[in-house]
Amino acid sequence: PSPVFSCPLQDIRNTVGNIPMEWYQDFPHIGYNLDGKKIYKPIRNKDELDMFLEKMENPDYWRTVQDRMTGADVRLTDEQVQLVQRLQRGQFGDVHFNPYEPAVDFFTHEVMIHPVTNRPADKRSFIPSLLEKEKVSKLVHAIKMGWIKPRKPKDDSPTYYDLWAHEDPNSILGRHKMHVPAPKMKLPGHEESYNPPPEYLLSEEEKLAWEQQEAAERKLNFVPQRFGSLRQVPAYPRFIQERFERCLDLYLCPRQRKMRVNVDPEDLIPKLPKPRDLQPFPTTQALIYRGHSSLVRCLSISPSGQWLVSGSDDGTVRFWEVCTARCMKTLPVGGVVKSIAWNPNPTICLVAIGVEQSVLLVNPCLGDKLLYGATDQLLESYVAPEEERVQPVQWVTATTEEHSRGVRLVIQHSKAVKQVTWHGKGDYLASVVSDNSSMQVLIHQSSKRWSQSPFRRSKGLVQAVLFHPTRPYFFVATQRYVRVYNLLKQELTKKLMTNCKWVSSMAIHPGGDNIICGSYDSKLAWFDLDLSTRPYQLLRHHKRALRSVAFHRRYPLFASGSDDGSVIVCHGMVYNDLLQNPLLVPVKVLKGHVITLDLGVLDVLFHPTQPWIFSSGADGTVRLYT
Amino acid sequence: TIPRRLCILKGIYPHEPKHKKKVNKGSTAPRTFYLLKDIKFLLHEPIVNKFREYKVFVRKLRKAYGKSEWGTVDRLKDNKPTYKLDHIVKERYPTFIDALRDLDDALSMCFLFSTFPRTGKCHVQTIQLCRRLAVEFLNYVIASRSLRKVFLSIKGIYYQAEVLGQPITWITPYTFAHDHPTDVDYRVMATFTEFYTTLLGFVNFRLYHSLNLVYPPKIDGQADAELKPVEGKEYAMDSESYLEKLSALSASLARVVAPAHEDEVEMDEFPVEGETAEQMDTRKKEQEALEKHKKMFEGLRFFLNREVPREPLAFIIRCFGGQVSWDKSLCIGATYDASDPSITHHIIDRPRLEQQAVGRCYLQPQWVFDSVNAKMCLPVADYFPGVLLPPHLSPFVTEQEGDYVPPEKLKLLALQRGENPDEESEEEEEEDEEDDNDKEEEEDEDESEKEEEMKLKKMEEQKTQNNKALPVKVTAGKLRLEDKKRLEQEQQSEEKRLAIMMMKKREKYLYKKIMFGKKRKVREANKLAAKRKAHDTAVKEEKKKSKKARRA
Repeated sequence: PSPVFSCPLQDIRNTVGNIPMEWYQDFPHIGYNLDGKKIYKPIRNKDELDMFLEKMENPDYWRTVQDRMTGADVRLTDEQVQLVQRLQRGQFGDVHFNPYEPAVDFFTHEVMIHPVTNRPADKRSFIPSLLEKEKVSKLVHAIKMGWIKPRKPKDDSPTYYDLWAHEDPNSILGRHKMHVPAPKMKLPGHEESYNPPPEYLLSEEEKLAWEQQEAAERKLNFVPQRFGSLRQVPAYPRFIQERFERCLDLYLCPRQRKMRVNVDPEDLIPKLPKPRDLQPFPTTQALIYRGHSSLVRCLSISPSGQWLVSGSDDGTVRFWEVCTARCMKTLPVGGVVKSIAWNPNPTICLVAIGVEQSVLLVNPCLGDKLLYGATDQLLESYVAPEEERVQPVQWVTATTEEHSRGVRLVIQHSKAVKQVTWHGKGDYLASVVSDNSSMQVLIHQSSKRWSQSPFRRSKGLVQAVLFHPTRPYFFVATQRYVRVYNLLKQELTKKLMTNCKWVSSMAIHPGGDNIICGSYDSKLAWFDLDLSTRPYQLLRHHKRALRSVAFHRRYPLFASGSDDGSVIVCHGMVYNDLLQNPLLVPVKVLKGHVITLDLGVLDVLFHPTQPWIFSSGADGTVRLYT
Repeated sequence: TIPRRLCILKGIYPHEPKHKKKVNKGSTAPRTFYLLKDIKFLLHEPIVNKFREYKVFVRKLRKAYGKSEWGTVDRLKDNKPTYKLDHIVKERYPTFIDALRDLDDALSMCFLFSTFPRTGKCHVQTIQLCRRLAVEFLNYVIASRSLRKVFLSIKGIYYQAEVLGQPITWITPYTFAHDHPTDVDYRVMATFTEFYTTLLGFVNFRLYHSLNLVYPPKIDGQADAELKPVEGKEYAMDSESYLEKLSALSASLARVVAPAHEDEVEMDEFPVEGETAEQMDTRKKEQEALEKHKKMFEGLRFFLNREVPREPLAFIIRCFGGQVSWDKSLCIGATYDASDPSITHHIIDRPRLEQQAVGRCYLQPQWVFDSVNAKMCLPVADYFPGVLLPPHLSPFVTEQEGDYVPPEKLKLLALQRGENPDEESEEEEEEDEEDDNDKEEEEDEDESEKEEEMKLKKMEEQKTQNNKALPVKVTAGKLRLEDKKRLEQEQQSEEKRLAIMMMKKREKYLYKKIMFGKKRKVREANKLAAKRKAHDTAVKEEKKKSKKARRA
């Protein structure tokens, strides 16, 4: 039974059905024919060259396709080729089909006398619609209630017009006067140019520094760059950010009116009398007194001005002749000399030396023999009173060995002595003990060898004490205050506030109405006792702590020595009429001392008659400036 | 919290309280403080209600969209609430001058926004409006010839115009696509722009009317006819092409009243009271210089090559009375061709040009900018194409005494005063001479070195002999001459130091601060000068080397 086909011999029908033909890839056959026999794949032994030759030679190559079911080559007939071409063109497969047949309208647009349908009209076409009524009533209600508004008329006034046509001055309100206009953006400098002068470009280090800085700290918010021509300039990447930052500044930055100080700095310098007009004062270093091996803590000078005595940490007291810088005498005392004071009475030749826990009264045996002989006699003429009085200290006469060295009397305290000072008459002397009790200050009478503690209660750590040169007043400087006591009435007369943290030293004007206080916080306070209890002036001349201050006895001069190694001499004129305030003018900065162990000048002292000043320093020297 | 938008529109800013601790309950932590008065002022602003309405509108619209009620959407859109900022502008700037004073930021912002792409960073209408207003302002500046200074910086181009006596400075970015940053809140910027466009519109209106120009601007009829493109060929929309024609900046604007042709009314001079003749003279001179500056490019015909930024250059040249044109394909509004023989200056920005037309200067664009800043046409020799340009200096810097002045500025000042214009060539000659001299000197130096060596040898010999003979030597004392002047100076400085010691604490602090600032300034100036010197010597040496190499 052979199928009815035009050429039955060639007709091989595959019976595998619609399956992917890859399944037969690895088999020699490609399927089964109607009889169930295998259909073998046609032998394909053509290589590429053969294929190419066939392509070149066979005129029907282009219309030959492979039947996938059988693997045989099939040459398409002319009709088949035409069909393919028509389909490719998007035409209908059937040649005879006409897609553009004339359309025949089923209904005409003309109104005919006969209806299309003969159905009678509905009832609802005669009665008003409820639904519509509902809708309309809803709309009416909405319009009534103002929910639906009629369309707004188009606003056809011009967008821009002359807004400032009527500038009335009344419209400038208080707000505008208070308004702080935003400052304008800073105008660009040369460095922002696309082609700046070469000096404005950053060097490598500067660029590195710029990169490491915080964005807010940078002086320029861009790196200056140089481009050879305008066409090479790129867009600035931070342009939008900068505009945005400006916007933020405009509405988020607090504004404040700031008064710019526009003064000439020269005008700020006070007009003072020239130092040249205030002479005499010490100007140059004249002599250096060498001999001490350690820092020289204290200085004192004889009332005649011929002898100088200095006490040092090396445990000696040296007596110098002022004019020659010769060391006349060395007195070993076996301890750190904290304070030294020459008796201000010119008829008595006596020096009080504060060493550790005792005060030595020494007769230096210098100068007029009559004078120091008289002093010795005065001391020996002491007759002990009948009844022993209770004293806070012990008075001991010196041993013979000590006597030969000059020591006459020893006042033994219970604690280390900080300071000794004489009363102007030369009989009384006060000593300060480093103690926290009420026994800090002691007043001794040398002729009667009698001591007393003037205060019942301690008012703080006493730093320095002073006798008023003419009147019975006694000054006690604690850390922050200076108290003035009346010795006759035995009462507190004044309390001066120094405005300093820690008073180091104190000196009194020979007139007795002015006091200066040096402090460790490098301030010098000048008090006018008649004026107020606060400093008349607080001078901050020194860079470091003040160690000592001194007044000249005759000239209107005072000086301060400090840890920064300098001595500053000031002119301090006190006028006799009460209306005029003292005139303070610094006149000279004297330098010379070498700073050792962070200490510079430890004591300053004026010559009693000449405009000379002595200073002792931590470098173990005493210097004289004239 | 305070509504940000309202603050921006009303110009409310925080204040720094006088006593921060008192206000901040004892703490000094940074906080912003607004004046209570300001906030109250914000509250009864009518625009607040409009904002609320708008918020409601947006909510309703969203709801309608959600429910797909298209009818409601249409109705809502028809009744979209709008608001105007006119009264706020008037309130913030009660007088026109106030508005002009605050125009800097408005202009910069508008110019920035007009360069934005229309891709949704902000509304397209805003961008268009900004562009329109910016172009209008540029046209006004051209018409009034009020541009004074221009500056090419690496950030953009700065312009400074003087409008009614107020300097107005603005910056435009270079025309490149923006790299939109992520850390910028565009809504804030848009709010600012909203206000600024309103302000700028009103200002433009007023400015145009002050010059009798039609607002919105119209191109002068005669020029318009010339500019009209062939029917429907290039541009589809007339309205768009109109703005482009305006932005071409090449045509003059129509006036309300036809201008009386070229006869400027001579201004009567009224002597101001309390003014001396000298002051009057200087004022007059200034006026004359200004007039001259305004007409700097009059009679010159420029042509811009296509690589040159067209808009800024056209704007500048037109501002100073020059005529300008460009390639037809570049932009609308070109008035003459590149081959026009009457062109005097051809602006070009390429290293080399193959064929040069005769009778015109080929110049780099910097020449235009530098000339404007110098208030005179600078010599063209330094600005030929391919030449190393002289530095472009900022016109906004006025050096005070003690500031560093770059040598180019000094040269420019000399030029302005009318001193030796061909200093350059002389200098070069001098340099050549110097070079020669140097050579001679070098030879001399060689000789002298030899001599010195001989001397040294002798000296050494002597020394050794001396050492052998006399171990101890007495040297003659030198007579020390005391310099009186120096002594005096020292004394004065000491007096000053002592006086400074006596200053009060507060004054001393102030004095020290002022002196510190002064010293820092001097230090910076010195640093710049030293840098310049080092650079100059380096350049000179390089030159010498290259010269030698060439000779060899």
